Amino acid sequence: MAGSIIGGEGAQLTTWVRIHPDNTVTFYVPHGEMGQGVHTALPMMAAEEMEADWDLVRMEQAPATPTFANGPLGKGYLTNGGGVPSALNGAANFATYKLAELMNLQITGGSTAVRFTGQFGMRVTGAAAKEMLIKAAAEKWGVAEEECTARLSHVLHEASGQKATFGELAELAAEFSPSANPVLKDKKDYTIVGTAKQRFDIPAKVTGESLYGIDVKVPGMLYAAIKQVPVIGGSVARVNDTEALAARGVRAVVTLEDGVAVVADNTWRAKQALDLLEVEFTDGGNGHVSSDSIFAQFDTALAENEGEEDVERGEGAEALASAKTVVEADYRVPFLAHATMEPMNCTVRIENGKCDVWIGTQDGLGTRAVAADAAGLSDDDVTIHPLMMGGGFGRRSPGSPNHIIQAVKIAKEVGAPVKLTWSREDDMQHDYYRPAVSARMSAGFDEEGNLTTWVNRYIRKDEPAEASHIPYAVANQSIRYVESEVHIPYGPWRSVAHTQHTFFNESFADELAHAAGKDPYQFRRDLLKDQPRHLAVLDLAAKKANWGGPLPEGHARGIAVQESFQTIVAEVVEVSLDENGRPRVHNVTAAVDCGEVINTDTARAQVESGIIYGLTAALYGEITVENGAVVEENFPDYEMVRLANTPKMDVHFIESGAKLGGLGEPGTPPVAPALANALFSLTGQRIRSLPLKNHEFSRSNRLAQAAD
Amino acid sequence: MISLQVNGEWRELDVEPEMPLLWALRDELGLTGTKFGCGIAACGACTVQVDGVAQRSCVLPVGAVDGASVRTVENLGTADNLSALQAAWIKHQVPQCGYCQSGMLMAADALLSENPNPSDADIDAAMTNICRCGTYQRVRAAIHDAAKAKA
Repeated sequence: MAGSIIGGEGAQLTTWVRIHPDNTVTFYVPHGEMGQGVHTALPMMAAEEMEADWDLVRMEQAPATPTFANGPLGKGYLTNGGGVPSALNGAANFATYKLAELMNLQITGGSTAVRFTGQFGMRVTGAAAKEMLIKAAAEKWGVAEEECTARLSHVLHEASGQKATFGELAELAAEFSPSANPVLKDKKDYTIVGTAKQRFDIPAKVTGESLYGIDVKVPGMLYAAIKQVPVIGGSVARVNDTEALAARGVRAVVTLEDGVAVVADNTWRAKQALDLLEVEFTDGGNGHVSSDSIFAQFDTALAENEGEEDVERGEGAEALASAKTVVEADYRVPFLAHATMEPMNCTVRIENGKCDVWIGTQDGLGTRAVAADAAGLSDDDVTIHPLMMGGGFGRRSPGSPNHIIQAVKIAKEVGAPVKLTWSREDDMQHDYYRPAVSARMSAGFDEEGNLTTWVNRYIRKDEPAEASHIPYAVANQSIRYVESEVHIPYGPWRSVAHTQHTFFNESFADELAHAAGKDPYQFRRDLLKDQPRHLAVLDLAAKKANWGGPLPEGHARGIAVQESFQTIVAEVVEVSLDENGRPRVHNVTAAVDCGEVINTDTARAQVESGIIYGLTAALYGEITVENGAVVEENFPDYEMVRLANTPKMDVHFIESGAKLGGLGEPGTPPVAPALANALFSLTGQRIRSLPLKNHEFSRSNRLAQAAD
Repeated sequence: MISLQVNGEWRELDVEPEMPLLWALRDELGLTGTKFGCGIAACGACTVQVDGVAQRSCVLPVGAVDGASVRTVENLGTADNLSALQAAWIKHQVPQCGYCQSGMLMAADALLSENPNPSDADIDAAMTNICRCGTYQRVRAAIHDAAKAKA
């Protein structure tokens, strides 16, 4: 490990750290930056353990080669995020590296970067590097290692007053092997972690210099646009490209299985020439499918099947028979697109049996495997050049590679470097969608009004497995799922299955609170007696939002709590109706227990971001299918929360010291049910399907009830 | 031939007059700080200033700005010499993925030149750009801060 893996000056201490003669330190981060701050948070964790001077810390994104596979990520997944045996907990752990290599893991997703790479990789690598530097200093000065200390990128020997920079010691230090079990710092001694550090990637993002995939220009590069097969699963039947080929700047027309591409000397010319193509498509047998037919299919599936076991506890669903009161409700949520601000794009050059790919990706190694397969080359012949991502949210993750395959095939056929840029319409209509889900919920109370039974039948088991589970103490539980295949491709969407299930579970829990005649916050409290972390965030959110306190006339609050990616978030939403009866969200108060906070400001930004993403989905998000194709085309029909309707967000953290949780996603799930619950409190209308734009609201029901 | 002043420099373009300014800037002039987001003026990622006014360049034919002065994010300030607005953006750590921020900054810069001390309502009305990362709360704070710094 001590040898130099990346070329250039300075000494490579472990796979992930290089020390330069000028005493700067570069950490190599094996994750993509998409605004989540990982390019800063991971170096903070390493620098903390290494005792590096933060002002001298630099970062680079590690290249997409197996050397930099997310070993710790593989480990994290394999152990389900649980404790890793100490013998495996090393920066130089060959076994897990090898495994990650085989799995082509270089994923940025699942809120994993800090949890796994940071915890099991960066901290250990920083601590191991510090030990190597101290060993080097001790040898150089002929003193005992225990008498040397590291501080602010120097090693000191107090007794003799000797002092050397990391840069001066690096070459000698690189001759030692990194320890697999270096001693990690006590949290109370932290000086970097737990503070607000400015992100490395931000300055270039305010000057326009930050290079995204879509900005790349390779010598001799041509520009491609594509006419996609409209019905998902359909194909190209016939193409007449005579007129398109005659248009200014057009160099080639390439027919693929899932579309016809025009290659030109400018993106706009390529796109314009698409209109000159005459193309006939097949519908792959999916032309009859609509959102209505899909939801009808789900209803039938739920009615006709007992389903597969997810959770069975106590007497399960049979306990409903002996319940004093039974509450039933059917819930559903639609497909959703990711709509990253940067539409999908990919630039490819295939020359002399080698393939270069320029792309913003959540998974460099996975992208390499996809490109190699499409190019008919081996993985070793493909080089990925990772660039900044204009949003990810799961769309730029492994398993969602349609744009990459298209770009590789176009470049291969044209024989020149090609940048394929999708239109917003392509991006919205050819996504890998957040699955639509239907759920049939029922619950039973005993004679004393205690909730004794929770039953849920829902469509399709997704990840993470625990998303459909409840934290509440309910003796009898029966949670089962029914598979029901559709032709719409699915992909991970910020927090994956948590968005659907948190809406179902936390809305239904609210229904049950009202059915029991209890305050929704107190009702949850009573059922969370054995869940101290849940209770703590619930209490903090309620306190900070002044739950139960006075509100302006026409305002109401709602609450929800969910654990996802080992982080527990409770949110309180304050809502009113505007003059058109549309929900107006004023405040969102969040309480978050992610175990430990690395970069305090980025952590807050991630939760704010998750709230807005979830709010957009709750208010407006709906991808509709008609005649087998997606109806929505662009932002006017897939509306977003904008500055004018952004609520005031107030985010609070609890550092419980629990295992590090993720932060990129957990802010999203609770906001939709908290909002729907607030609307119930305001209007008396229970919302069991999203988005809210499909519902009419009026306070008259509630006011009438109050008057009764 | 179309002539326009881009960031203070006269440039000649041998392109179709109906080509949107966005693609002339990005593909012909290599100024990729201005972003493509929707192509229908719905998201604001492509916002530039034409004669000082914020405009969405994805629907603005380059022929319509013949002889005009176009300013892009590349002209807002450099890393060594940031504008007050950019400095406020860094102070508030506004960008996340950053893709919409060129457009946000150009819209905000135009707002402040017209209205040096905008109210929240003024900001709501002027800043209709979409940010998928939801950085809006920080955008608002940074604009107020930049207004104070310039005052």
